Amino acid sequence: MTRSILSGWGGTSPSASDIVRPTDLATLRSALTTPGPRGVIARGLGRSYGDPAQNAGGSVLDLTGWDAILDVDVHAPTVRVQAGISLDRLLRAMLPLGLWLPVVPGTRQVTVGGAIAADVHGKNHHVHGSFGRHVVSMDLLLPSGDVVSLTPEGDDPDLFWATCGGMGLTGIVLATTIRLQPVETSSFVVDTERTPDLATLLERLASGDDAYTYSVAWFDTSTRGPSLGRSVITRGRSARVEDLDPSRRSHPLDFAAPQRGRVPFILPTSAVNRLSARAFNALWYAKAPRHRTGEVQDITQFFHPLDVVGDWNRLYGPRGFCQYQFVVPDAEVAAFTSAVEAIAASGHVSSLNVLKRFGPASPAPLSFPMPGWTLAVDLPVRPGLDALLDHLDALVVEAGGRVYLAKDSRTSPATLRRMYPRLDEFLTVRRRVDPHGVLRSDLSRRLDL
Amino acid sequence: MINALGAPQHLLLLGGTSDIALAIAREYARVSPALRVTLAARPGARRDAAVASLTAAGCTAVALDFDALDTAAHGTLLDGVTVDIDVAVVAFGLLGDPEQAWTEVEAARELAAVNYVGAVTTGVALGARVRAQGHGVIVALSSVAGERPRRSNFVYGSTKAGMDAFYTGLGEALREHGGRVLVVRPGFVHSRMTEGLDAAPLATTPEAVAQAVVEAVRDGKEQIWVPGTMRAVMSGLRHLPRSVFRRLPV
Repeated sequence: MTRSILSGWGGTSPSASDIVRPTDLATLRSALTTPGPRGVIARGLGRSYGDPAQNAGGSVLDLTGWDAILDVDVHAPTVRVQAGISLDRLLRAMLPLGLWLPVVPGTRQVTVGGAIAADVHGKNHHVHGSFGRHVVSMDLLLPSGDVVSLTPEGDDPDLFWATCGGMGLTGIVLATTIRLQPVETSSFVVDTERTPDLATLLERLASGDDAYTYSVAWFDTSTRGPSLGRSVITRGRSARVEDLDPSRRSHPLDFAAPQRGRVPFILPTSAVNRLSARAFNALWYAKAPRHRTGEVQDITQFFHPLDVVGDWNRLYGPRGFCQYQFVVPDAEVAAFTSAVEAIAASGHVSSLNVLKRFGPASPAPLSFPMPGWTLAVDLPVRPGLDALLDHLDALVVEAGGRVYLAKDSRTSPATLRRMYPRLDEFLTVRRRVDPHGVLRSDLSRRLDL
Repeated sequence: MINALGAPQHLLLLGGTSDIALAIAREYARVSPALRVTLAARPGARRDAAVASLTAAGCTAVALDFDALDTAAHGTLLDGVTVDIDVAVVAFGLLGDPEQAWTEVEAARELAAVNYVGAVTTGVALGARVRAQGHGVIVALSSVAGERPRRSNFVYGSTKAGMDAFYTGLGEALREHGGRVLVVRPGFVHSRMTEGLDAAPLATTPEAVAQAVVEAVRDGKEQIWVPGTMRAVMSGLRHLPRSVFRRLPV
């Protein structure tokens, strides 16, 4: 056990926790049944932006070594894994079998346990929903030391769904069976188009998404005036063998995921400022084709352009950054537009802005997605950011929307309650399985969960 | 917990009736709508008034008995404070009569006991709390008077020099435990403590100090001067030859 300073991917609010790396069930169980006064939380690859995977003064169970692939059923098709395995490793193992994960978020560097705890979504949310929808079953270690096997329809569906999106506060997922999708290739057929302004973008997404499995828009929040919200939409589907270049048809499932360098240390000051972010926004828009259809892209190009640069969060300097991701219902286009205008007018500039239209929500009480519009922005911590984000919170609450807990690092208990009307359902389950509050994190303290 | 943008949920004021401490609480009340404040001070009308003023500002204010001179009680001072302390402000101190302070034993002892010994013993208690909770920011109100002793108030200056060094070192010690210390060096502050004194150049207000503290905590700073220009001024003054320094009207 070592005491270390942990923070989320945004690098804000570091705190000290005792890190335990359990390799057997007995260690895990005793960590839960004989906790210290400040409790225990599980941690995977630390890609949540805020404070859910750290536990100041308490214990953090690093489960990245708990990563075996236990069983593959190529006919179902499903895979059973230990929850500490990364989606990257799992994908690399499944692709040669012609199998693909049903939900892949914006980075492959997350664990399956983390994907369940945050109920992550991907570019196909409008078709396939969030991660929890594809969990066939999971074995959950409870604070009591008992292991329960959960399914969406089993004896305790409330606990199953509270665990999806429950930020690790209902137990520790030991193993899980996930439904997979058959694919012919590791590539995607992608259509790209630019839209000159926000209204066109929203209209294009509302009318065109149904034709694609995957859809997302990169979005400029720094240009004001008539070009506000100019964007690049990329949409696609899994490629079939005949879509590929003839030279690649003999090995269609090859998986190239290059990492072309990493940021070696935390820069002394943020490299992301108004100037560089504006330049990045302008360049990204300019380099995209006005309209191109049928381009074949690999996984990294299409899904994970940021995975090419390791530790890119270090670019934001020692003060770190906040990612703010919110969703508002379909009908609340006006609120969405107000939020975008508020960001553009604030002088806080984000270089990575992703917009998507979500499909139906999951049954999980703390799951983030709901049918509507979601936007994620990365904002360096600068004076006045608190006022901007408080203002956005108010807009989002007013519109009946919410922020994503995997990204949040600053909202308040009162605001959370207004964003998640089913919060009490979650808390009822949490108090049933963890009456003494053994499972605790900085996030649970901050948000009074 | 303190959030990513430096808004705490629970603030502890040691010397909770000081003008600067209360200004800091009011400043935080603006960014943390449901702020809880623990006011550690001697019981009495001043403390009651401070609790009432913070309650009126929208905080949940709770009083805690604290006497800077009662060092024997400092070890257990925080035992009754069960909520995590996100930001603790060490704001108690005496200015005293500067001539008595270097000519009368009792006056000198009291100044040293409150400003230095009391600051150190409460610092030990705060350090223990930060280690246990794995996070926390301690704001120590030092003074530019501690940077270079001058004839006019060197006993006060010496106590601030000592507490400044202690909290600077405490900040280093608490780094690996998730804690952070911000040492604040204001110049002359118009407050109850300096009432009736002639203001020095670059004089500031409790509100300005409070604003600077809130910003510095948010930005993760470990040492600030208020006003910011004081840093350059003190840097210059520190290097003046004594023969010149003693002629300055400071």
